[in-house]
Amino acid sequence: MRSTPRRLLASAALAVLTLPAAACTSDRPPPSASAAPAGSGGPRDDRGTGAQSKFFVRADYDAQMAMRRARPSGSPARPWEQSIAPRLVDTTRYKKAPPYHVCFSNAAVDNPWRQVGWKTMQAEAALHEEIGRLTALDAEGKDDKQISDIAELQDKGCDVLIVSPNTTATLTPAVSAACAKVPVIVFDRGVRTDCPVTFIKPIGGYAFGAEAAEFLIGKVPPGGKILALRILPGVDVLETRWSAAKVAFDKSDLDVVGVEFTDGDAARTKSIVSDYIQRHGRIDGVWMDAGATAVAAVEAFEDAGLPVPPINGEDQQDFLKKWNDAKLTAIAPTYPTYQWRTPVIAALKILKGEPVPKAWNLPQPTITQENLATYLKPGMPPLHYALCGCEDLPGYPEKWGGTS
Amino acid sequence: MRRALPILVVLAGLLAVIAVAQPNFLAPAALLAFVKRAAPLVILAAGQYFVIVSGEYDLSVGSLVTAEVVVAARLLDGSAEATWPVLALLVVLGLLVGLVNGVVTTLLRVPSFISTLGMLLILSGAIFLWTGGAPRGALPPQFRELGRGSLGPVPWSVLVLVAVAAGAICAMRAGFGHTLIAAGDNDRAAALSGVHVARVRTVAFMVSGLSAAVAAILLGGFAGVSAQVGQGLEFQAITAVVLGGVALGGGRGSVVAAMAGAFTLEALFTLLNLYGVSGALEPAVQGVIIIAAVALGGMSLPRGRAAAAS
Repeated sequence: MRSTPRRLLASAALAVLTLPAAACTSDRPPPSASAAPAGSGGPRDDRGTGAQSKFFVRADYDAQMAMRRARPSGSPARPWEQSIAPRLVDTTRYKKAPPYHVCFSNAAVDNPWRQVGWKTMQAEAALHEEIGRLTALDAEGKDDKQISDIAELQDKGCDVLIVSPNTTATLTPAVSAACAKVPVIVFDRGVRTDCPVTFIKPIGGYAFGAEAAEFLIGKVPPGGKILALRILPGVDVLETRWSAAKVAFDKSDLDVVGVEFTDGDAARTKSIVSDYIQRHGRIDGVWMDAGATAVAAVEAFEDAGLPVPPINGEDQQDFLKKWNDAKLTAIAPTYPTYQWRTPVIAALKILKGEPVPKAWNLPQPTITQENLATYLKPGMPPLHYALCGCEDLPGYPEKWGGTS
Repeated sequence: MRRALPILVVLAGLLAVIAVAQPNFLAPAALLAFVKRAAPLVILAAGQYFVIVSGEYDLSVGSLVTAEVVVAARLLDGSAEATWPVLALLVVLGLLVGLVNGVVTTLLRVPSFISTLGMLLILSGAIFLWTGGAPRGALPPQFRELGRGSLGPVPWSVLVLVAVAAGAICAMRAGFGHTLIAAGDNDRAAALSGVHVARVRTVAFMVSGLSAAVAAILLGGFAGVSAQVGQGLEFQAITAVVLGGVALGGGRGSVVAAMAGAFTLEALFTLLNLYGVSGALEPAVQGVIIIAAVALGGMSLPRGRAAAAS
């Protein structure tokens, strides 16, 4: 008997605690435009996209926009060897006789993108008999482990050190220290020093985000409601994708009704999209900063019995298959995994004294309706990335989890 | 039912607030969608209730859910033929993990906080080792039907939830429920009066493992393979149970209230989302709820005793 009032008290206190907490947040400026029920009628000059990311750097953005239109040099059949506007640097002082000991400090192999990439890099290294040894250490996504990995590798007699940094700022001193002892190649994420011989990356996040946003602007009628789905805030490579999309949406006639974080979780993505469909009646376009949960977003429309609006994904097989099977209006900008081949190629060039680009900007293709068929690879696992550039490597497709 | 009243009042209040912000929320279709989404958490909370009311914790359910989904995807690899055997295997796997948790806790006398935390780490480590962070394989549409499809207007997951809830309520009304509560209230007294405490608690862990298996089948069906599917679910389930007024340490609380607690938590998340509060705040909200609910429960206890003494 006594326990009932006590529980009532606890529950009531809880309600008092949480409800105002929820209510007061409606005063926030609407980056997540879920405040729309309250203020959808008001004028908005930012199209509902919120404040610009503090990671946005205008010069980098402009450079990437220019690179999207540039023609890379080299053979289009081997995009991992191409480069955009290369400025070659001399490497004769690193020239050596084989066999070479190539070392690699890897940030992590904890997601499908990195897994496909790592397999591709190993296969590339196996192609070259000049490479006597490939020593790789996996930092498991930890800065401190990668710092000690880089130090450890310097004592192993490496002829060249490849680094895929876990984070930009924290790894910079470790990379700088390594530069003094061995030629360093950095790829994927950068570091804040120009001591590496070459820095390899695709065009970048701005190009990815802009590509998807421009597609939606072209396909969705003016005034259409756009839902933007992001994985999580505060990661530079993802912030650039969104910030470029924001620039594009702000110039458009579209209405960005929500910018939500999915944590990269399919169930959460599906729930968020279902909520928005329910709340707004319809959603006319979906922008995503990464493709891993694109299929879940598509399913939310299917399960609601609605046509799937224009959407972007990435080059993962599950999305490409869905796109093809359900005849979606879609696009897939990419952050190609073939960039994992390039550091090995660069390492060999450096050790042979051949010039390499200081900033090795790789082309960053986009999958469209026209070229979708060439990237669909039946038999490859759902999370395989189509732009692995690995089809000509020994062991394909089995090594990448596929069947021929 | 009376013991579930306070949390039902809170739940009704939250639903009303959601309905004000979003008038079509109370339409049957939207409400069913809400129940469908809440179903896995409600089922997990029901399972967790059995363990908590017997005086223990089960921290392993989240990574067990992930393990089940990843295993199912790998075994099925998109083909439908093995759907039923794999479903059965998942249930067995859930029961087995519960059995291990129970035996380690009761026979080896490892506190459940440690034994199930260990199981959490073992399972998540094993998943990572096996998948390398990227699950392979796929779940065929037949497997996903339970989490994604519906029978007429009623989603399968809602029907599964109803069956689970009925089973849980029956179990608690039967002799098993009484011995479970007795074991949680005072295990020595229960043992002296003839309750086989170790066996009862082990069964509670197995029920929790089973609930994780069912939740995994629904979650995997809802959104497909993901290595993050179970992340944080153990704490959501415990929060839900505590929110339902079930005493940590065991011996008090009803399973209906625990399930209502899960609905309340889900409603709270829906409301936060509706007001544009970032999903990153959800763990913080859960933390506040756990601490506040337990603190309030503990605070009023001495006062009650004092009143009784005077």
